[in-house]
Amino acid sequence: MEWEVVIGLEVHAQLSTQSKIFSGAATAYGAAPNTQACAVDLALPGVLPVMNKGATERAIKFGLAVGAKINRTSVFARKNYFYPDLPKGYQISQFELPVVEGGSIAIQVGDVEKTIRITRAHLEEDAGKSLHEDFHGMTGIDLNRASTPLLEIVSEPDLRGSAEAVAYAKTLHSLVQYLDICDGNMQEGSFRCDANVSVRPMGTDKLGTRCEIKNLNSFRFLERAVEYEVARQIEIIEAGGKIAQETRLYDSDKDETRSMRSKEEAFDYRYFPDPDLLPMKISEAMIDEIKKTLPELPQAKHARFMREFGLSSYDASVLTASKSIAAYFEQVVSQVGAAQAKAAANWVMGDLAGALKRDSLEIAHSPVSSERLASLVKRIVDNTISSKIAKEIFEAMWQGEGDADAIIAAKGLKQITDSGAIEKIIDDIIAANPDQLAQYRSGKDKLFSFFIGQAMKATQGKANPQQLNDLLKKKLAG
Amino acid sequence: MINFSLKQLAAQLAAKKISSRELTQSYLSRIEQLNPDLNAFITVDAEKSLMQADAADKLLAAGQGGALTGIPVAQKDIFCAQGWRTTCGSKMLGNFIAPYDASVIERFNAAGAVNLGKTNMDEFAMGSSNETSYFGQVKNPWDKLAVPGGSSGGSAAAVAARLCPAATGTDTGGSIRQPAALTGITGIKPTYGVVSRYGMIAFASSLDQGGPMAKSAEDCALLLNTMAGFDSRDSTSLDRPVEDYARDLAQPLAGLKIGLPKEYFAEGLASDVAQTIEAAIAEYKKLGAQVVEISLPNTQLSIPVYYVLAPAEASSNLARYDGVRYGYRAPEYKDLTDMYKKTRAQGFGAEVKRRILIGTYVLSAGYYDAYYLKAQKLRRLIAQDFTDAFKLCDVIMGPTTPTTAFNLGEKSDDPVSMYLSDIYTIAVNLAGLPGMSIPVGFGANKRPVGLQIIGNYFAEAKMLNVAHQYQQATDWHQRMPEGI
Repeated sequence: MEWEVVIGLEVHAQLSTQSKIFSGAATAYGAAPNTQACAVDLALPGVLPVMNKGATERAIKFGLAVGAKINRTSVFARKNYFYPDLPKGYQISQFELPVVEGGSIAIQVGDVEKTIRITRAHLEEDAGKSLHEDFHGMTGIDLNRASTPLLEIVSEPDLRGSAEAVAYAKTLHSLVQYLDICDGNMQEGSFRCDANVSVRPMGTDKLGTRCEIKNLNSFRFLERAVEYEVARQIEIIEAGGKIAQETRLYDSDKDETRSMRSKEEAFDYRYFPDPDLLPMKISEAMIDEIKKTLPELPQAKHARFMREFGLSSYDASVLTASKSIAAYFEQVVSQVGAAQAKAAANWVMGDLAGALKRDSLEIAHSPVSSERLASLVKRIVDNTISSKIAKEIFEAMWQGEGDADAIIAAKGLKQITDSGAIEKIIDDIIAANPDQLAQYRSGKDKLFSFFIGQAMKATQGKANPQQLNDLLKKKLAG
Repeated sequence: MINFSLKQLAAQLAAKKISSRELTQSYLSRIEQLNPDLNAFITVDAEKSLMQADAADKLLAAGQGGALTGIPVAQKDIFCAQGWRTTCGSKMLGNFIAPYDASVIERFNAAGAVNLGKTNMDEFAMGSSNETSYFGQVKNPWDKLAVPGGSSGGSAAAVAARLCPAATGTDTGGSIRQPAALTGITGIKPTYGVVSRYGMIAFASSLDQGGPMAKSAEDCALLLNTMAGFDSRDSTSLDRPVEDYARDLAQPLAGLKIGLPKEYFAEGLASDVAQTIEAAIAEYKKLGAQVVEISLPNTQLSIPVYYVLAPAEASSNLARYDGVRYGYRAPEYKDLTDMYKKTRAQGFGAEVKRRILIGTYVLSAGYYDAYYLKAQKLRRLIAQDFTDAFKLCDVIMGPTTPTTAFNLGEKSDDPVSMYLSDIYTIAVNLAGLPGMSIPVGFGANKRPVGLQIIGNYFAEAKMLNVAHQYQQATDWHQRMPEGI
């Protein structure tokens, strides 16, 4: 039987506020345990939460970007359960009335574009961390992360496989960074997702029983966990079994998911409106203000790159996948001119991307600035250097040897464009290789590249390739 | 001097007839002498109090004293006060030293008042007799066989026995007004949101409100001037212009329209209380007030509604007492779940557990709509009753409690009968209105009777005026129990 995979994702994006969602403590990552937990975060007797307006603004920004409805009144609710790193015994979240409802995101899988509907996005606070190592059989509690603001973005079950799930997660990951509402740092847990996975016979409408896989903090884990889970479910059903609704964990070491708790063991969270926080009112004026701050979104940028720079859809996709890459690219183009955008794109997507990947660097930390890459492209365009030499210069810039002009001067890499000089070199090579000349003239065309190679060797690659080509052809023809 | 008003005490201090240290010391001596029997205080720390008194004396010497500078005020043990043990009447917080000041405490400190100690209370403010306190029952100074009421029973008894010039209380369903009535003192629960709840240990967040308890309406007005005000740390605090609650005290009452809800004078009201209240109303007529009968038709719903909503909020508010970070933790346990269970089983008393269970139940999946949501709807109806009533009158009056103080132990095994003693006070919290109680005489058993005055939203100054004018014409508020 053929199976259809149905996936819905719940993404937790940590909002990039300086202070926590309900207290004034800092949100910075990596401080010593419990040094960024104030009385409110510790849930001391008598403390009260106060909503951080910055978190609301970021949620609205997201809602506007995905074309969602911004609820003018939304309600914070308490989600009650006991856990040592949940100081109040409840998490403040939103239940019946979230701040953002509806909306959608377009994703691209291969050549196919697909729209994924967003169910809702709501504000909530994060819990602390339980540390099970280094405490000799006891558990340490670090509440630095407690009350960090999160936007939980819930999709409809519109995703039809791991590739779509990953594409959706990546698109969302890019979007929240574009909007500057989340730093997207997955290693630090700023962007993580839960996947609801089920399968059903192809062509049927009824959803299968789903399992929720918790806390996937990399795209690769998302992909692997979904694939494992899909295979597991199909195997069970094909063997005549039934899927039990449950929460599962993905173990990346063993590359498998395993049961965390069954539906019967699921908590009754006893949601009710938090009486410490009044319903959150959002004014038209606030929405209008935030609208003004919306940056150009990836889709619009994609279209503009194709239109203004004549790039292919693929090139535009790669260059708009992250806000910082797009910004870098545009800075290069602004210096070399739109006519050279394709050359700039090739450099950003080729040598630069390769070097960044090789050295595990983010583009923000690229040793070659956009100004320097632009200087290199300019020298190619004005024929000062060949593309081949340019690669050598790029590497030198990467090593911090200065800008393109300085390196060209220091290493004497200026292209030879003097026809007389090139002709002289060709004459010398022809004179030194009479046998090859004879063979070429008797019809062995392939030997042309031999002569090119000799000429490049003699000029250390600096001869203008086009000129060399033309002159050599002429001379060889006699 | 123990019968002096706050104004008189402030004048004595300003005139250097007495220092704050001497005043504080004299009350500390009274506490030392009388508290072992009354048990109105959970924590007294003479050294801390006297340090504050010395600081106040410096301010007074520099001529920088205000209305409360140097005046000792007893604090209900529900307010966190930095460096003070703050127990909320519970074993759960029996060892908890508050590392910060509640907003109310901050305000008293800023006014130069002296924290005289932390008063006894029902555990987590859950009770109407002060008998649920882990730190033992409090005796009513008027009759030591009687309860002082609750949950602010320690504060009420301390003011009644003149162990302090004034005290603070909190009122979730009557916890300021009921003990004020049963001990013959004056207390006011302001409009919800007037006094910050920051640092006031939560019982039922949507109902809890702090307020003053003192000998007179005038004293309460001065105390409220210090306690009230916007606090950005409490999202339910109301950002309103600062008020002088004493501004209207001297206004005559001619033309005042008093609404008497017929439901408050119906079955269940003891005849001695009814007679005393009627006498008080007659006094108001003499002062020029008119009386209109009104109806609060949903009064009978207020107790069931309250006993769904308050426990629901409490079950969640008290989840933080889990033995993990502070407070009591069971000495022995097998694992995490066992630690939770034993800590909470040992740390909470029976009434608290009862309310946590009720609250957990009414919020559970499948019951939420039938209980919690329904109660929220009825809460709005109850509030609407008052809105309608205030179209007909300026203030509402009636008994604060159906009977005078009952005996210690009389109702402690009968929670429903205990809950019913708050029948006249609870609706005020559900509506978020201000309410107060003033002493207006004594019942057949010589125990005090309280008159409840309910005002419209933010009508505290009016209510204090109404109470003050009565206290100018009568002396019930100056009566003292014998043997103190």
